Amino acid sequence: MTLQTTLRVSRFNPEEQRSYWQEYTLDVEPQYTVLDALIKIREYEDGSLGLRCSCRSSICGSCAIRINGHATLACKTKLRSLASGGRHVTVEPLGNLPIIKDLVVDMTSHWNKVMAVKPWLQPQGPEPEHEYIAPNETMLHLAGVMSCIMCGACVGDCTVLQVDPNFLGPAALAKAYRFVGDPRDAAGKERLKALNRYGGIWDCTRCYECVQACPKGVAPMERIMALRDKAIEVGFDNTYGARHTIAFGEILEHAGRLDELRLPIKTFGMFNFIQMLQLLPVGLRALMRGKMPPVFHKPIPKAENVRRIFKKMESKR
Amino acid sequence: MFDYDVLIIGAGLAGMRAALSAHQRGADVAVMSKVHPVRSHSNAAQGGVNAALTDRGDQWEEHAFDTVKGSDYLGDQDAIEVMCREAGQEIISLEHMGVIFNRDESGRLGTRAFGGQRQARTFFVADFTGQAMLHVLYEQIMKAGVHVYDEWFVTSLIIEDGECAGAVAMEIRSGKLHVIRAKAVIIAAGGLGRVYEPSTNALICTGDGISLAYRVGAPLMDMEMVQYHPTTLKGSGVLITEGARGEGAYLLNAKGERFMERYAPNMMELASRDVVSRSEQTELNEGRGIDGCVLLDCRHLGEKVIKERLLQIMEIAADFADIDIMKQPIPIRPGMHYQMGGIKTDVNGATPIPGLYAAGECACVSVHGGNRLGANSLLDTVIFGRRSGEAAAERAHQVSHRNVVDSYSLRDEETIKSLLSREGNGDSVAHIRLEMGKAMDQHLGVFRNSEGMETALNQIEQLKERYRKVPVQDKGKVFNTDLIFALELGFMLDCAEAIVVSALERKESRGAQSRLDYPKRDDANWLKHTLLTKTDGGHKIGYLPVVFTQWPPTERKY
Repeated sequence: MTLQTTLRVSRFNPEEQRSYWQEYTLDVEPQYTVLDALIKIREYEDGSLGLRCSCRSSICGSCAIRINGHATLACKTKLRSLASGGRHVTVEPLGNLPIIKDLVVDMTSHWNKVMAVKPWLQPQGPEPEHEYIAPNETMLHLAGVMSCIMCGACVGDCTVLQVDPNFLGPAALAKAYRFVGDPRDAAGKERLKALNRYGGIWDCTRCYECVQACPKGVAPMERIMALRDKAIEVGFDNTYGARHTIAFGEILEHAGRLDELRLPIKTFGMFNFIQMLQLLPVGLRALMRGKMPPVFHKPIPKAENVRRIFKKMESKR
Repeated sequence: MFDYDVLIIGAGLAGMRAALSAHQRGADVAVMSKVHPVRSHSNAAQGGVNAALTDRGDQWEEHAFDTVKGSDYLGDQDAIEVMCREAGQEIISLEHMGVIFNRDESGRLGTRAFGGQRQARTFFVADFTGQAMLHVLYEQIMKAGVHVYDEWFVTSLIIEDGECAGAVAMEIRSGKLHVIRAKAVIIAAGGLGRVYEPSTNALICTGDGISLAYRVGAPLMDMEMVQYHPTTLKGSGVLITEGARGEGAYLLNAKGERFMERYAPNMMELASRDVVSRSEQTELNEGRGIDGCVLLDCRHLGEKVIKERLLQIMEIAADFADIDIMKQPIPIRPGMHYQMGGIKTDVNGATPIPGLYAAGECACVSVHGGNRLGANSLLDTVIFGRRSGEAAAERAHQVSHRNVVDSYSLRDEETIKSLLSREGNGDSVAHIRLEMGKAMDQHLGVFRNSEGMETALNQIEQLKERYRKVPVQDKGKVFNTDLIFALELGFMLDCAEAIVVSALERKESRGAQSRLDYPKRDDANWLKHTLLTKTDGGHKIGYLPVVFTQWPPTERKY
């Protein structure tokens, strides 16, 4: 049984510098993926449609595009899984990257950022005669991160990259994590030092888009959070990000709920006038809308229970 | 014009391993690929890479013998010895570079069982070993600073005074042609799966490298030897790793019988691939299949094994066939998977044309002979990739650049211009490819006979005729994939013809070639390689003796 589907495809003709939408209506088999449909269009209807694709089994990472507004692999997305019974599917190129033609984007910045985290193993001392000895659980965990296929779906949907192209981005940071977490790698501290800078681990806003977009379950944001923990662990605790994290924990542990007035003071420092001034408009707006947090912050009843939870977590580490 | 000591065409495992070793030998190296290196088809290798590590109580001679037997005695034993002897060190090198292999309880590299081998000697990274290795090699060439030209499409090789002196290539993003001068060229452009329909191979596997070499006179060896993988998914034809059977999965027919008992009572599901594929096809032909498929049953393996070691398979079965492998058996059938034959090389990757080297699936050293063992292809790519890189760098130190000028690209520019200028005639590249692919699958699949193959040959002749007039719809310069497909189809038609001609020539059944009209292996007449060379008017076929070192041919039983 075939079903009829309409694909609304975002097109860009580089020779004429012209962007437009084009609709293609075609009969598809029920098990068709979006990629199957795009290939059918390209092969039998419109040879000028530009897209990258190769393996058709979600391992090469070529066909990351935006489908109905979200980045994913075209080869992994069944048409019938899409809302509205698989009809009128919107197909666009990945976001945050310049378009070369139709669905083909320029991934140079993505590759350069991957390159920037020095993505190669840096062991110390002479190589052993045989393999490095390493626990299987650690390696299996790393293999889970290594299963990143560099498709760029996470980069395309990253909300930080939308406002700051200098952010290293989820893919490069997940790649960095893969080395920081590798028992064979000896450059962990240097890596974390570099990642601690502007554009690095503290610039993620934890929006979860990359976790959703990743077709391989790498969960880049979780890796970024793990890198933050590791950075603080090895002593890089003096960035705003690290101090924010630490202050957040301390306040919660003490009071059982967040003190939103103390948090920026602990993060930026009481006498950091520039940052304090920058926060002033936010404070004023909160005040005008009646959202100002109480000046005298009271712990919740039985806050000692929260403290016990913290202690338990601490001892587990 | 660009100048390099060594130009490598293809950035999969063989190409990048070659780049690394040539770079380490002091050569100025460029890698050129029609896709970004990490998009290469080496990604698709799931199960693992073979090596006999002596500290695990294994011997390289054992691995070599399994490979010889697997090849149905068509593999050159000197080459097989090289590959198996160097395998252990290569695995350790890869581990040192950063490949995350699965470990055993003691934290050392663990192994799994694979088909056609009496020892569990397959090292693996879950079920994405190829991807794990490919990304690490890309890391290494980034670290080394090797020049990478990604999304460049090589249109022809340059031959000067009988020696290879570079290549002409199109930058896909601009559509511009460039001349790249090199003292040595290594073709590592992978296989030709798209010549068949269906195939487990990626859309980029169009035999470009094999055809490029053939067109400049390099002989192709054993092109008739095309492997059908025993477990490809119903419908989409996606590969299901042999690792599944390595971990203990069963093959069942419609009656629920483990039918391999009848065909390979000792090795059962882990007999070599040609044997298992033939057994499945026989079951299907004799009416014991379900909708053209037999079943791969993983249910008894348990959640832990499946989630730790066969995760990708679980995903693929769910995504592409709506199968939960913990609860249902997977419908599978034999599907075109690998080309054992290819550009004839010696153990250093050298072809008979000075300056031209080849490695990986496009090459035929020959270590796989009539049938490749699972997990020997990754090994082939890294061993002979490395060796060809070393040899090419060595040559680059000894010779100087040939006189090559920019106008060498004019001929290809003309070809492209004429392709783009054709008017629509109702025909299309996709139609021609599909017809070719179906003919190849029908007549040059698991079982063959001369009648069917003659039919296929006629069809290919007609398709070549149509190809001369086929129009290209997209007339643009920037990222014109329509044009690329047309050029690729030209390469594929060369490969298809080479396969049929060689298969018709070999009048026996050996390895992947099972002829119903010549059902027996014929050692008296056919312990030799077929060798196909392009001539001015067409092609000529010749032979080369198989090299034997220590394993005389005997009957092959699993």
